[in-house]
Amino acid sequence: MKKLSFAEAVESCLMQKMAEDHSVFIMGEDVQMMRLNILARFGKNRVINTPISEAAFTGAAIAAAMSGLRPVVEVMLVDFIGVAADSFLNNASKLFDFSGGKWNAPVVYRCACGGGYGDGGQHEQSLWGWLAHIPGISVVVPSNPIDAGGLLYAAIEHDHPVFFLEHKLLAQNWLEYMGIGGRSTVQFDVPEDGAWGEVPKKWTPIPLGKLNVVREGKDITLISVGVGVHRCVEAASKLEEVSISAEILDLRSISPLDIENILQSVRKTGAVIIVDEDYKEFGLSGEIAAILAENQIEFKYGRVCTEKTIPFNRESEDETLPNVARIIHMVKKVVS
Amino acid sequence: MKKKDKKIDIAFYSKMYQLMYRSRKFEEIVMQLWHEGTIFGEMHMSVGEEAIHASIIKNLEDGDAIAVDHRGTAPFFMRGIDPISLLLEFIGHKDGLCSGQGGHMHLFSREHNMTSSGIVGATGSTAMGFALSHKYKNNKNIAVALFGEGAINQGMLLESFNMTSALELPVLFVCKDNNWAITTQSDSVTGGVLLDRAQGFGIAGEKINGLDFQESFSRIGYAIKTIRKTGKPYFIHATCVHREGHFLGDQLIALHRTTGKILGDLVGSLTKSLFKLKGGLVGERGESLGHILKIMTSSKHQLKSSVDPLVIAKKMLKNQGADVLSVEKKADQEIDQILKQTLQIIQGGNQL
Repeated sequence: MKKLSFAEAVESCLMQKMAEDHSVFIMGEDVQMMRLNILARFGKNRVINTPISEAAFTGAAIAAAMSGLRPVVEVMLVDFIGVAADSFLNNASKLFDFSGGKWNAPVVYRCACGGGYGDGGQHEQSLWGWLAHIPGISVVVPSNPIDAGGLLYAAIEHDHPVFFLEHKLLAQNWLEYMGIGGRSTVQFDVPEDGAWGEVPKKWTPIPLGKLNVVREGKDITLISVGVGVHRCVEAASKLEEVSISAEILDLRSISPLDIENILQSVRKTGAVIIVDEDYKEFGLSGEIAAILAENQIEFKYGRVCTEKTIPFNRESEDETLPNVARIIHMVKKVVS
Repeated sequence: MKKKDKKIDIAFYSKMYQLMYRSRKFEEIVMQLWHEGTIFGEMHMSVGEEAIHASIIKNLEDGDAIAVDHRGTAPFFMRGIDPISLLLEFIGHKDGLCSGQGGHMHLFSREHNMTSSGIVGATGSTAMGFALSHKYKNNKNIAVALFGEGAINQGMLLESFNMTSALELPVLFVCKDNNWAITTQSDSVTGGVLLDRAQGFGIAGEKINGLDFQESFSRIGYAIKTIRKTGKPYFIHATCVHREGHFLGDQLIALHRTTGKILGDLVGSLTKSLFKLKGGLVGERGESLGHILKIMTSSKHQLKSSVDPLVIAKKMLKNQGADVLSVEKKADQEIDQILKQTLQIIQGGNQL
C-alpha cells in the first residue's frame, strides 16, 4: 500500500490501464496539458486534444468504442455534458438494445462534478441522477482514492458506457484549477479521508454496483455518494454523542444501484436518510424511497439534497449543498 | 482603412482611451480582491480585450443587446452598469447586480439587454434570439454575440451562423481570438480559416487587429452600421491577447511570472513519467516533451507590452499631443472611490 491523493489515484490507475491495454486512450478538451504525465509517458496519439466540440467528440467516442477501442473521454465539468446530451441520451445508451444485444460501446465519460468552492450554478452541479435516469448507462461516483482507482479500472473494463464523476473537493487538481488558483487566501471544507488515502501498489477492479458500508449502526441508515459520504461520517460522530447510532452506506455507483444491500440495511434500522448533492426532485433520493416501498419495507424517511440552482454567494452555497447541520437536523426529525 | 499619419479626432479617441483605461483599472481591483480571497471561484479577465469592447460599446444604441461569454467584466463595466454593483456581485453580496446569486460568470442586466453564460458557444443562440425579437418588433436594434476563438468549433455557435444568415437577423458575431483555448493552441484543433467559415454561411465579415483601438472602432463601427442597414449578420474576427491567461491563477502565465517552484515541481514529475517502463516509444516520448515545452513557451508573447492595447493606444495619443495623464489621473481617482465605497458596504456587515 502507498498513500496517494484522489487525483493521483485516478491518474495512476489510468496509466496502469493504458500500459496494460493499448486500446485505451484519452481524449478531451485540454487533456494534453491537464494530463501532462500521461502525455509524457504515452505520447499524443493516446492523449488526444479536442476542440471545444463536446457534441462531436463524445459522439465520436461511441463509434471508436464500437470498433474495438476503449476511450476515456474527458468532458471537463459534468455541467458541460448538456451540450453533448444527444451522444449519451440517444446514442451510447441505446446501441446495445437497438442492435439486439449484438453491438456495444465500452466508453468512459470522465467529468468533474460538485460544488463547495464558489463557482456558481453552471459549474458546480452533480447531475448523477439525471444521467442514471437513462437506461443503458452506468454512473460511478467514488468518495476516496482507493475507490476512485478501483472503480475507474472497472469502468474501463466495462463493456458499456460509464460516467465516472470526480468531485472537485476530492480531486485536488480540479480544486486547485477551479477554486484555488495558486492562492493561500481561500479555504474549502475538503474531507481529508476522501482527498487522501492508502491505495494498492497494483490496481484491480472494484465491481460496479457494490456499495460500501462505511460505518455500521442500528438506529438509522444514511445513504450518500461522493463528498456527501464524508458529511455523513461527520454527522454520525456528532449523533453518537446524543446516542443515535447511524449506519452509513457509500453507494459508489448510482447505476447500477446495490439494491440488495440498501434493503438489508433499512430492514435493520427501519429509518433512512438520503444525502444527495444532486437535485432533490425526480432523482436518487426519490428513487431509493420508491425501491424501499416496492419491496414492502416499513421505514421512516428523510432527504437532504440540493433543492435549487446553486447560488454564487459562499454562505448561501454552503446552505444549499447538503451539510452536516442539515443532516443532523433531518436525522433528529426522522428518528424522533 | 486607417492611415497612421492622418490627424485623428483627439477628443474622441481620448474618450475611447479613457473608457479602456477605466476598465483596466477596474479589473485591477477585481484582481486584487480575487487574490485576497474576497472573490471566490474562477475569475476570467477581459484584460487585453479592451479595444474590442470599447469599440462595440461606443457604436451601440439603447436597446441593442449583448450576449456576453464568461469574460463579462469589461463589457458590463463599459456599458455603464453601476461598477459597485458589479464588484458586489463578484463578491457574492446581496446588493450585487444579481443579488450575489450569479457571480462574475453569470451576469444579467435586463435594463441593458445583457446576458452572460459560462458555457462556451452559448452566446450565438442568445444573440440570435434577441435579434429575432428586434426583427419581430420591427425596430432598428441589433444584438452582439461575444465569444473566443475556442467557441468557434462549438455546434450551437455554427448553427447560429447559419440561422441568422438564412433568417436575415441583425447579429454582430465578434470572435476575440488570442489563439489559446485554456492551454490548447486553438489553431491545433481548428480546421480552415475562420473568415471563410462565416462567408461559407453567407455572412459578410473581416479580420481586424483587435489590439488597435482606431482600427477596431472604425471596422466594428462599419459592421454595426451595415447590420442596421441590411438587417443581416456580420462577422468580426478580432485578434487580441489575454494578459492574465484563461483565468486568474493560470499556470501557463504563472510559469512566466514566477521562477523556479512551479517549473521545478513539473519537471520532477514529468521526468518520472518519461522514464516509466511501459508506455510510448522513445521517439513519441521525446515528441511529447517537445510539445509540452512549446505550449509553455509560446504563451509568453501575450505578456509583452507591445501587444497591450492600452500601451498601443496611449502611445498613439501621446504622439498626437493628447493629455493622457490627466485622463488617467481622473480615472484613478474614480476607481479608488469605487473600491473604497465597495469596501465600506462589505465592512458595513451587509453581506448575506
